[in-house]
Amino acid sequence: MLQSLAAFKENATSAIGNAGLQRALARAKPHFAKKRQAAIDLLPEFEALREAAKNIKDHTIAHLDFYLEIYAAAVEASGGTVHWCSTAQDARAAVLKICQTAGVRTVTKGKSMVTEEIALNPFLEANGITPVETDLGEYILQLRGETPSHIIAPAFHLNREDWEESFRKSHADLPADRVFRERRDLLTEARGKLREKFLTADAGITGANFLIAESGTSVIVTNEGNGDLTQTLPRVHIVVTSIEKVVPTIEDTLTLLRVLARSATGQEMSVYTTFSTGPRRAADTDGPQEYHAVLLDNGRSAMAGTEFQDMLRCIRCAACMNHCPVYGAIGGHAYGSIYPGPMGAVLTPMLSGIETAGNLPNASTFCGKCESVCPVKIPLPNLMRHWREREFERHLSPPAQRYGLAIWAWFAKRPALYRAATRAAALGLSLMGHKQGRFTWLPFASAWTKTRDFPAPEGDTFFAQYAARQKARNQ
Amino acid sequence: MSRTAILSAIRRGLKRGPLPADQQAMLTSRLKTHPRGLIPARGQLDLPGRIALFTNQAEREFATVAHLAAPAEIPAAIAAYLARLHLPPTLTISPHPALRAIPFAATPALQIRSGTALPAESTCLTLAFAGIAETGTLLLPSGPQTPTTNNILPDNSLVLLPAARITASYEDAFDLLRAEASLPRNVMLITGPSRSADIEQTLELGAHGPRRLHILILDGQG
Repeated sequence: MLQSLAAFKENATSAIGNAGLQRALARAKPHFAKKRQAAIDLLPEFEALREAAKNIKDHTIAHLDFYLEIYAAAVEASGGTVHWCSTAQDARAAVLKICQTAGVRTVTKGKSMVTEEIALNPFLEANGITPVETDLGEYILQLRGETPSHIIAPAFHLNREDWEESFRKSHADLPADRVFRERRDLLTEARGKLREKFLTADAGITGANFLIAESGTSVIVTNEGNGDLTQTLPRVHIVVTSIEKVVPTIEDTLTLLRVLARSATGQEMSVYTTFSTGPRRAADTDGPQEYHAVLLDNGRSAMAGTEFQDMLRCIRCAACMNHCPVYGAIGGHAYGSIYPGPMGAVLTPMLSGIETAGNLPNASTFCGKCESVCPVKIPLPNLMRHWREREFERHLSPPAQRYGLAIWAWFAKRPALYRAATRAAALGLSLMGHKQGRFTWLPFASAWTKTRDFPAPEGDTFFAQYAARQKARNQ
Repeated sequence: MSRTAILSAIRRGLKRGPLPADQQAMLTSRLKTHPRGLIPARGQLDLPGRIALFTNQAEREFATVAHLAAPAEIPAAIAAYLARLHLPPTLTISPHPALRAIPFAATPALQIRSGTALPAESTCLTLAFAGIAETGTLLLPSGPQTPTTNNILPDNSLVLLPAARITASYEDAFDLLRAEASLPRNVMLITGPSRSADIEQTLELGAHGPRRLHILILDGQG
């Protein structure tokens, strides 16, 4: 379940104690990292492609207004309609109006994080329209009333028995004594169930991985084929997307595609990469009769020109969360935000405000792994640091942390005293803990030692050791 | 209006007004020339090399590949494929002249229909516009003679790919497409059969698209 954004600390503690989640995390984490590395080892040009991908996104963002206007004009020229939406509320209203005008009662949905961001499903349901998630992971989450815990593997936190339980409960029309021998049996059952939905839906809603300005094209990347059935079979196709997805040309898109799948799932190319441009043409025998692009801002335009502009490069591959030690320990739900992990920690305060999302940029060890695997080289740790600064400036951090920092600052401004104090502490802790090398409990640090051990210092401080070595060298 | 609000907010952030005419002209010229980025060396091979790389890459992604010397061999190859997998001997072909010209009459065991796939379609035969050696990817554009539905609705997807249309890179394939006409409504790049790893991060083939992808590479076609 999506937990409260403000309760991040409590969520994290309960996630660490959740055995099912920990089993899922133990399975997923090495899997993603290994597959990504294997794909990169096969492509000598990967590092150069990362730089090229970064440059394409930087070029686009520097001229975002220009490319958005070119994109919109091209969509209209192909017979589609663009709906510019400043807020989540605007976007929900635009989708509803399209549905009502076209007499839509049921919609199939391809996987889309932007529709999660605007909480589209409950809104459509409240207005008498039935949304059906068709990505396998999103489908089971809809059956269970849960939200995604990962931006590309939304149900990775579930184990096989959870799938079986949900399918038995929700597919009550099928024989109760059926046996799920393998995972494939679950997949086959979902395929059968969703087939009729694909064939009868009035509208299909997809996201977009990229929008191509030169041609007014939306691009989706999937492995299951659900996105293509969603955007091909119903009479209305609605693309719910956001302004930073635009890139200038097909060639630019191809460069980004070369880093996307490799960074995400470790595939060289996803199974289906589909370019859609407007509604069906005069002589076509299939394809939607209406094509709409709902273009969401929701705080993104305000990132242009700020220290957070780099975040607009994000192509939502999830490599940052797949390699993050914090995400790896607590999973996605604990973040309480739509976008979890390092990219979520940077993006969420922009969408929800630093007042409610202030804890997320603190959920980092600053190990730098996220930045090192990012296909568009977003300096994620630095951006989290910027948020921490803003949080501190606005006095949003807790009093104990502020006093602690004030005391530390007082010492730090007095180098001789600081060195003496840290040296005494290091030596003291080293003496006390040298037998075990760690502490399972420390005074004033029980919040730390409750969930992990505190390492005992090896001996003297860095400064003292450095000074001693310099002295020895000079002699 | 949201459009104005969004564009103004971006310009405010970037600390400028609408782009000056000379800069717009530069960007427009970049759009017109759509320069290529870095293209991996992997696919830069002669035609036999590209055919071999395409085959390897497609098979690595769980597609199966057959090499045929002439169109006359297609019906028997399809009949044998369906029989081997115990699939019904029915086939819907996309209404493209190149597919309709295949001499199916010589193989009466196959029941052939030309048109758009029906809901319970077992097998479709489609025509690839190009193949991309780099990753064993097929490029399938939409059109009256090549409905998109046939790529994704059937259980089994058979794709005819003329060997001469196997390019080194995606860029080469899109250049061929750009040379033909304006961009079709839908262009699919397909790499292997449908799959999902949503259940416990374990790869299973046959999600919502075709469970099998069988590529018939036809030699000697220009």
